[in-house]
Amino acid sequence: MKTQNNRAWLFVLPVLLLVAFNALIPIMTVVNYSVQETFGNNQFFWQGLDWFQQLLRSDRFHAALGRQFLFTGMILAIEVPLGIIIALSMPKKGIWVPVCLVLMALPMLIPWNVVGAMWNIFTLPDIGLLGYFMNHTLGISYDMTQNPIAAWMTVITMDVWHWTSLVVLLCYAGLVSIPDAYYQAARIDGASAWKVFRYIQLPKMKTVLTIAVLLRFMDSFNIYTEPFVLTGGGPGNSTTLLSIDLVKIALGQFDLGPAAAMSLIYFAITLLVSWLFYTLMTRDDNR
Amino acid sequence: MAKITLSQLRHSYLPNPASPDDYALKQIDHTWQDGGAYALLGPSGCGKSTLLNIISGLLEPSEGQILFDDQDVTHLPPDKRNIAQVFQFPVIYDTMSVYDNLAFPLRNRGRAEDVVRQRVTEIAEMLDVTAMLETRASHLSPDNKQKISMGRGLVRNDVNVVMFDEPLTVIDPHLKWKLRSKLKELHHRVKATMIYVTHDQTEALTFADQVVVMDLGVIVQIGTPVELFERPAHTFVGHFIGSPGMNVLPAELDNGGARFAGVPIPLEGPITGSGQRIEIGIRPEFVSLGSGGVTGRVRKVSDLGRHNVVEAMVGDTRISAIVDGPVPEQGAEVGLTFRQDQTRLYADGWLATEARP
Amino acid sequence: MQKRHLIPLVYILFLLLPIYWLVAMSFKTTNEILSGFSLFPQTFTWENYATIFTDPTWYWGYINSIIYVSLNTVISVAVALPAAYAFSRYRFLGDKHLFFWLLTNRMAPAAVFALPFFQLYQAVGLFDTHLAVALAHCLFNIPLAVWILEGFMGGVPKELDETAYVDGYSFPRFFVTIFLPTIKAGVGVTAFFCFMFSWVELLLAKTLTAVAAKPIAATMTKTASSAGYELGLLAAAGTLTIIPGAIVIYFVRNYIAKGFALGRV
Repeated sequence: MKTQNNRAWLFVLPVLLLVAFNALIPIMTVVNYSVQETFGNNQFFWQGLDWFQQLLRSDRFHAALGRQFLFTGMILAIEVPLGIIIALSMPKKGIWVPVCLVLMALPMLIPWNVVGAMWNIFTLPDIGLLGYFMNHTLGISYDMTQNPIAAWMTVITMDVWHWTSLVVLLCYAGLVSIPDAYYQAARIDGASAWKVFRYIQLPKMKTVLTIAVLLRFMDSFNIYTEPFVLTGGGPGNSTTLLSIDLVKIALGQFDLGPAAAMSLIYFAITLLVSWLFYTLMTRDDNR
Repeated sequence: MAKITLSQLRHSYLPNPASPDDYALKQIDHTWQDGGAYALLGPSGCGKSTLLNIISGLLEPSEGQILFDDQDVTHLPPDKRNIAQVFQFPVIYDTMSVYDNLAFPLRNRGRAEDVVRQRVTEIAEMLDVTAMLETRASHLSPDNKQKISMGRGLVRNDVNVVMFDEPLTVIDPHLKWKLRSKLKELHHRVKATMIYVTHDQTEALTFADQVVVMDLGVIVQIGTPVELFERPAHTFVGHFIGSPGMNVLPAELDNGGARFAGVPIPLEGPITGSGQRIEIGIRPEFVSLGSGGVTGRVRKVSDLGRHNVVEAMVGDTRISAIVDGPVPEQGAEVGLTFRQDQTRLYADGWLATEARP
Repeated sequence: MQKRHLIPLVYILFLLLPIYWLVAMSFKTTNEILSGFSLFPQTFTWENYATIFTDPTWYWGYINSIIYVSLNTVISVAVALPAAYAFSRYRFLGDKHLFFWLLTNRMAPAAVFALPFFQLYQAVGLFDTHLAVALAHCLFNIPLAVWILEGFMGGVPKELDETAYVDGYSFPRFFVTIFLPTIKAGVGVTAFFCFMFSWVELLLAKTLTAVAAKPIAATMTKTASSAGYELGLLAAAGTLTIIPGAIVIYFVRNYIAKGFALGRV
């Protein structure tokens, strides 16, 4: 049992100060901007909740939000099952395990803009490996600077390439922690492979799977650099996700008020959905 | 229910075993009688878990056969053998209720739901877990979890054998005896063959009618607890069973008799075998102190409550004696005599005397 | 080999293809790249790498990145250690709320913070320093570090602490000579994650720097746009950014499986 000790605050203080410096002050700044209007000469006017109302009614925001949910939904629908399948089919021990793990972790250690650039080079229609293969070997017209569907598929494939390993590694960590006796007991009890998955592997992976889904949700919902470098949000606005739109408004057009209002709504949605996920996935434990 | 025959069983975890040392099981020939309560006793790494996993079908032996009654099951998977196994750590299905846990093996075999209900109710009654049937299994205490994993084995009425792989390891000491007597009781009610693997002699001796002692991949002796204690077939058994274990004294042969530290020692009967290494085995219970016999110096006296254990040194050899009543001082010189009908000779570890009728 | 092992094998091939293409590209001349498709470099050249290693704007990009990433890793782990200890050992006023609030910062979209960070670090005079980026990355790395370390520390029985105090250890001495060595795998895994997330982040790093502390990733985006289409150079620079990550992951290879379980499984 943990002991009650309020002096433990002293231990937490450095963390608190650093994070507060980085989180509270900027958030205050954002809140401050979100209720004011400026014309750039450091003069501000009280604007109330106008920016929020405008934003919530704006088609541009709805479109970006819709694309964002579509993107995150597709990412989760592909990466989570794929990650589980790969983790299940990995060898449990042997010299190949660390080799597999290191190779799988590699994409996650590449700077995000390099990931974008790498996929750009990879998919160039006439000189990229994938682009050449699609256009000249398979004869499928593929150019993501022209075709929104090609752009979407490339962005999704890139994210699957980039992040599925996170799900794999988390699930694998959950799987190797299951003692052999569980599998042996299941064999004696005559359980089918599906039942072994359903009643042994899945329950044991639940904690790590919750973490995986949460991390994948947050990071894919906040994604900026990779699609920006890959497609720049195009063609047209077809791959302009929330973050890309936000940076366009804030740093491109310098519309501080709308950008700030959008930031707050954006952050609130991320928090809300994460909280919902977490509550749903841990509901059983508290029963 | 069935008689289980192991015939010329050998197993190695290496792909190409060459020397006998590569085998985890060297050569096992043994028959487990139908309905018996057996204990498989031996130190860690002696091969007892390997043997258990071969019987249950989790491992396929490198060589040899396993017969259930007269049917060869060597290559059958575990779920086709109608066996049950209880593991060291309780294996339960966390997300299911206790009822569903107990019903799991039956449902996997496609039994009708009313048969399932009847069996589960019956077994729950037997294990005293009726009140918990609707609880989620993950909320149970370790001893109840272990009961449930036992129950999953017993719920099938066609089990040939129930195997226990050190099932009391994670159970609190004060609950161990309760669970153990529950096991005894179950054996009487279910009448299935039971094999109980342990390295704890108390557990083995209290549970089993027949104890099988293993060491280094071979069965060294099979017998009732009393037989193992009184007539160890191998110095290992003498050493492993009893507290303190049997004294094993280096000896030499001399004119059909044996000498220890130059003193001729009378044995229980005629010598029947020979070997490189000759030893005399005598349990501390049958060593008495006084004058005469072999002379030793008392090194240590431990008071164990009901009796004292005196350790004396004869040269470099240590001899323990269990003494009721007054004990000598530390450092005193004593004469040690051995009760003749309990003094045996061992050649290369194996018993090499015959008791006089 | 079993059939099901084909799945991870195919997956790894899929992972390696774009990386191969990047590396292959980095050894090609600009002429070869633009003249058409070739699976292997036809005229193998080190020229792209030579450019990077001789041009200060390029190699300083690397040095800058490594400086702020290391700085961030040290700061994050150093402040997270006592905090994680407090969370794993004590109950205190508001502990649960505090822990949750810390984690919410991991959820903040970096784009939300870009502009306020720019203004904040300019106001405190840290703009365009390594420290600025290192501190800014603390926003998401400290919560993560506390979380992972708390998991590892929770696995160490409390009796260890109590025994040490009974033996007359002071708290700092206990922490450094007994506790830290016990959880050194956890510290390694945490440092790895901090390094990783700081190394791969670009948006904040780019926003907070101009010249003196400019990260390699930002140098690359500039090249891609301003100096025309120097794909070979870009590919060489990209290849070089994979190397630090590969080195770091090699050191923690045996802890990866456990580390990804965040010590909690």
